[in-house]
Amino acid sequence: MDVVLLARAQFAITTVYHFFFVPLTLGLSLLVAVLQTMWYKTGKAEYRALTKFWGRLFLVNFAIGVVTGIVQEFQFGMNWSNYSAFVGDIFGAPLAIEALLAFFMESTFLGLWIFGEGKISPRIHTASIWLVAIGSNLSAIWILLANSFMQHPVGFTINNGRAEMQDFFALATNPHIFLQYPHVFFGGLTAAGFFMLGISAWHLLRKPNNPTAAMFKTSFTLGAAAGLVGALFVCMTGHMQGVSLAKNQPMKLAAAEAHYETADPAGLSVFSIMDADKDEELVSIRVPDLLSFMVYSKARGEVKGMHQLNAEYQAKYGPGNYIPPVTLTYWSFRAMVGAGLLMIALAALALYTSIRKVAVPHLLLAVLPWAIALPYLANSTGWLMAELGRQPWIVQGVMKVQDAASPSVGAISVLITVVGFTLLYAALILTTIKLFRYHSAAGITAADLAGTSEIH
Amino acid sequence: MELNTLWFILVAVLFTGFFVLEGFDFGVGILSLLLGKNEVERRTILRTIGPHWDGNEVWLLTAGGAIFAAFPRWYAVMFSALYLPLFLLLVALILRGLAIEYRNKFHTETWRKRWDIAIFIGSLLAAILVGVAITDLLHGIPLDAKGVFTGNFLDLVHPFPVLAGVASLAVFTWIGLLFLRLKLQGELLTRTEPMASKLRWIVLVVFLALGAVGFVVDPLLLASPIPVKMAAVTAAATLLASVLHFKKQPGMAFIWAIVAIAATSITAFGSLFPNTMVSSLQETFNLTVSNASSTPYTLKIMTIVAAIFVPIVLVYQGFTFWIFRKRISMSEQGGY
Repeated sequence: MDVVLLARAQFAITTVYHFFFVPLTLGLSLLVAVLQTMWYKTGKAEYRALTKFWGRLFLVNFAIGVVTGIVQEFQFGMNWSNYSAFVGDIFGAPLAIEALLAFFMESTFLGLWIFGEGKISPRIHTASIWLVAIGSNLSAIWILLANSFMQHPVGFTINNGRAEMQDFFALATNPHIFLQYPHVFFGGLTAAGFFMLGISAWHLLRKPNNPTAAMFKTSFTLGAAAGLVGALFVCMTGHMQGVSLAKNQPMKLAAAEAHYETADPAGLSVFSIMDADKDEELVSIRVPDLLSFMVYSKARGEVKGMHQLNAEYQAKYGPGNYIPPVTLTYWSFRAMVGAGLLMIALAALALYTSIRKVAVPHLLLAVLPWAIALPYLANSTGWLMAELGRQPWIVQGVMKVQDAASPSVGAISVLITVVGFTLLYAALILTTIKLFRYHSAAGITAADLAGTSEIH
Repeated sequence: MELNTLWFILVAVLFTGFFVLEGFDFGVGILSLLLGKNEVERRTILRTIGPHWDGNEVWLLTAGGAIFAAFPRWYAVMFSALYLPLFLLLVALILRGLAIEYRNKFHTETWRKRWDIAIFIGSLLAAILVGVAITDLLHGIPLDAKGVFTGNFLDLVHPFPVLAGVASLAVFTWIGLLFLRLKLQGELLTRTEPMASKLRWIVLVVFLALGAVGFVVDPLLLASPIPVKMAAVTAAATLLASVLHFKKQPGMAFIWAIVAIAATSITAFGSLFPNTMVSSLQETFNLTVSNASSTPYTLKIMTIVAAIFVPIVLVYQGFTFWIFRKRISMSEQGGY
């Protein structure tokens, strides 16, 4: 069996899985911090109860996010040792800084937040959850800086047979991060918004006469607002990323659009079926000129196709196939955008009913719990598109994936760990879903409501 | 001092912090099942590390990140060579971490029992593997001229690393027990007494054996003067902590156990230096702080970052230990 393929499968499985939980941590930490701040400022039992309830679900999610994150710190060395040795002078720094700056902060203050009630002042207790939220969102900056280097390498030179850091500030201000970070941050806010919205809707539909229903109405509004703001900004930054792709990673854009031949103006694909062997489209339905318009904001403009780009890369980098897996990239992109647009519509509807104080239609309440799946779909397929669309490169234009694996690790070893992680992760996700369901359905408990002065 | 030497020291410090801090919480994980007879007791025991274990584990993550940033070849060779042990360590850490957080999030007996077993096995396995892995670096593994590991799993489980695994298990359980003697009260505290009195002799014997075997098997240990001195400190600290027992002064016992662990760690890293990975095939194939390091520029940047943030981390982590300094009673609520 092919070691590189196995190692790629492992990276995809462990990373997509880890990123199932990360966006919710990013967004929900902030929403819980907002709720606790409202409790701290007003002293109202409602906000205490909401902080407790959403805080409990936050902890279920945080724990699994943390433990699956441990793998991320080590697997570059395990499966990708040639890569690690080649780019470590650059790539290691953001990872180390992430641990030192962010992991210590989020884990230490989370411990303080969980156990500190009554031992520290309400003020410091509230500050703790903010520090958890800031720590989590800081960690995303550094890991995305590492990824940005893979997408758009800057601030380095090739020397002594490896990539060496030449300018830390160029690296830390990689233009790529300025679009990628907000995209991921608002993706997290969207995930948290829909999580809150869906669970609140479930309670409003199933237990409308429960005394806590009014509280779920509050989190319904907060969730809808976060979901709408998040999804709109995700959409906006996503569009800007697309424009930037046309310049920096045109192959990724072309693959995401199943755009084989250079055209001016180019059409936007609505539905394509690809023949992977022949590198051509079998079925193609396109909106004329729209791709050019998206990229250039005007009716005309050349968008390069995969065949022309492939020829260019062959001339520049030597023989080989530089076309990424088109079908997967194309459909990942569509799933992400489709889920995103659907989320904007749903969140806008939900927020509209809240602001106008009209009854929420039962159909909407029934749909929203299922819509919790949408951010998960969008976040996962978004990464699939970003990473698959870069193939065959591990660092765009600098190093190929096939040269990056560990020379000392055999297929059997990788297979053992792929199977091991997959089975372990499968068992753990069932457990986590069980806890999510149990604590969501249990709702706000008597203990959550009790006491009005003490925080948490 | 050259920056790569400074970073070797920093990596050693991070690992030492990890051995001491997560050492006692591995120990508490193991003891939760051995010492706790029922749900309330096990929960009380785990509460002692509840606010701390995750922060303690970040020392390991930061050590990993620091090696990656400062010595990329060390990172690349070590983790790909120690592939399967590291995989097992990751599984152990995932299981025990999640278990500590999840055990009390569902109300059935079976649920808790399963997670309690996961905490025990995860902590036990992690405690052993950490000792094996670090000693593998020192003892040497087959690395060729390019630093590629040419051996297999069996090359990693020589008698010396295995003995070190037993020693790390013993010493982590011991310091875990000493930590519990500082944090528990009442009936549970009384129960730690006979165990502490027995465990200290096991630790002493295993440590003396490890020292003896180490100096015989590993000429590296004798090559430079630091390890010899530190080994003496280790022996003295272990001896003090175990012979004196400090029945009435659990704080002193805990401090001496920390000294013993720190001195062992310094002995190991001190004898490794200036190597980072030893090749059992040929000395010239060793990875060293020079041939495995990042560029001076990267090291300079990282030094500035570390100089700013390490003190901050120490302050706030110390702050949480201060907040949770009191003994824990079985009636305590909140948190888990």
